[in-house]
Amino acid sequence: MDYAAIVVLEILYMIAFLALISAGLAIVFGMMRVINLAHGEFVMLGGYATIASAKAGINIYFAMLVISPIVVGVIGLIVERLIVRFLYGRMIDVMLATWGLSLLLIGLVTLIFGNTAVSVPAPIPGYQIGHYQMGGYNLFVIAVAVVLMSAMWFALRYTRIGLVARGAMQGREIISALGYNPSTIYMLTFTVGAALSGLAGGVMAPLTGLLPSVGGAYIAKAFITVITGGAAVIAGTLSTAALFGTVDQLVSFASTPVVGEIAMLGLALILLRLMPQGITGQFFRNST
Amino acid sequence: MAISRRTLLNTAGATALTAGFPFVHARAADGPIKVGFIEDNSGVLDIYGKPIVMANALAIDEINAAGGLLGRKLELKQYDSQSDIALYTKYAQQLVREDKVDVAHAGITSASREAIRQTFRRANVLYFYNILYEGGVCDRNCFVTGTTPAQAVEPIIDYAMKKWGNKTYVLAADYNYGQITAKWIAHYVEQRKGTVQKTDFFPLDVSDFASTIAKIQDAAPNFICAALVGGAHISFFRQWAASGMNKKIPLTSTTFGVGNEHLALSAAEGDGILIAGNYSPELDTPANKNFLAAWAKRYGDHKVVHELAVSQYQGIMLWAEAVRKAGTIEREALIKTLETGLKIEGPAGTVAVDPKTHHTSLDIHLMVVKDQKLTIIDTAKQRPPADTAQYCDLLKNPDDNKQYEVKI
Repeated sequence: MDYAAIVVLEILYMIAFLALISAGLAIVFGMMRVINLAHGEFVMLGGYATIASAKAGINIYFAMLVISPIVVGVIGLIVERLIVRFLYGRMIDVMLATWGLSLLLIGLVTLIFGNTAVSVPAPIPGYQIGHYQMGGYNLFVIAVAVVLMSAMWFALRYTRIGLVARGAMQGREIISALGYNPSTIYMLTFTVGAALSGLAGGVMAPLTGLLPSVGGAYIAKAFITVITGGAAVIAGTLSTAALFGTVDQLVSFASTPVVGEIAMLGLALILLRLMPQGITGQFFRNST
Repeated sequence: MAISRRTLLNTAGATALTAGFPFVHARAADGPIKVGFIEDNSGVLDIYGKPIVMANALAIDEINAAGGLLGRKLELKQYDSQSDIALYTKYAQQLVREDKVDVAHAGITSASREAIRQTFRRANVLYFYNILYEGGVCDRNCFVTGTTPAQAVEPIIDYAMKKWGNKTYVLAADYNYGQITAKWIAHYVEQRKGTVQKTDFFPLDVSDFASTIAKIQDAAPNFICAALVGGAHISFFRQWAASGMNKKIPLTSTTFGVGNEHLALSAAEGDGILIAGNYSPELDTPANKNFLAAWAKRYGDHKVVHELAVSQYQGIMLWAEAVRKAGTIEREALIKTLETGLKIEGPAGTVAVDPKTHHTSLDIHLMVVKDQKLTIIDTAKQRPPADTAQYCDLLKNPDDNKQYEVKI
């Protein structure tokens, strides 16, 4: 029984992890149809921002929840103004440009921090369920994901900004029809997407060691989550995160983490074959 | 036979090729002696590689300061393989063809060693592998100054089973080191009538061990045996401690400490982990004190010195001693000299070549991690590489060229 509780908590953790690392990508892809191949590097930069701040003596929660999103958000803003805004509507070109950007960011971080694994200890002690003990930091990750997803849903559903954002998903003309400048809205969307990626990187930093090349590990998972999710930002991300997280962890418990990842990727292949428009292209069609 | 234009061209081309690139060892007879190194000075394996690179420079400079070898200076030819196997093969070719080195000390993981060992053998460049590993390499061109499972794993299993009980759970890195070491662990556990409950393998980039930690608790072993490798795998020790299990199930490791993992973790996270190896900075011998003093003089302090750096230093010193004894850098003469059972006194104690296996007999210390230090609790003097010796006799079969594995 205790073992089942542990498995359930680990599944929840994996769902939270996938939702966190995909949120920024989902917004940018869902609203702007921009495939940002530097997404993994945004997450990585968030991690480095947190670790560098924590090592400089700043409170680690402040570092991961405030500093990382701001730092990466500003980087996102610069990237949008200098590169991405010239390439809207040109999917292949924007992929190439952001791929080049990801290589550049890996190179820059390697120059600054060195190609060495860095990490900080998790700030939360372990907890006990029956005679099992698990890392307590996982619970914090779950909490952050729940708060973030709720906030995003509330903002999209009930605020003026959300209305404009949902309009943006329909196309440029709708933004203009609502009386806004599409270029400004796109700039803000990209910045928010980058900030969310930074937040994810900051929150994940204490769990694993960071290397400049760590973005590659995130981007594959984020992309299959977002693409399999389909057009709806929240419903899509959450439904695929739930599905993939459950499969990954159940298979991991039954065999090894490696087989768990293979199972997750295999499932993504099958789903995309059956539902090329993603899960929300088939179900939950009117959700956000 | 009519000779067409095409066959003529082919034949002529082939002849030109063979004539153009004869494999001649035109190494300069005077000028510096070139010592080649390939080490992972960056990437996931740099926790091992960086101090090794520092040890290389220290050893070469010490030998040069004492006048070099045979009246010639040593020249260091070093490449950073960036934890990338493809770069090993590339740089090994570069060392033997371009730089024409006189000896190579190279490789950290067993995968990297197997990627380059044959290159040095084919090119007749004497090769030293100075890293603890899974044992079994039987190659006349290759000398090993690191420990093997019979030297460093068996004492851990012996001590742990006597102290904690019969059941163990094995975690190992998913490449030849982890796979073969896991077999040796099972061999030594079963020899003592114990059981390995489960063995899990992890690729070097796995850093999330939550499901594994739950599974270990479910199996409830008497102790854990971890043969994990590299920066990402440190996450296991961190997550294990974060769950609080480090107070409940004892942890042993065949690799912990050799990458200074005890310094990467806090004292609370690392305390109590049991390891065995050839070296601890706490060793109270004149040779070790001098070595640490020289290191601190060059690099400011000696915090980063670990077993692999010391093994590397000892490997270079062993080769240098062979050159002095043989009076030449010619490969065949050096092998014969080393095969006399050549000995040196290194920072970690006596290093004595075992003529049959080209491995070395070493002092082995059983150690426990306490306050970020490797505290010695027991010492076995001059343990031989008994595992490799079961299969390998290079005096009888000098042409042998393979890696033997234990059969279970």
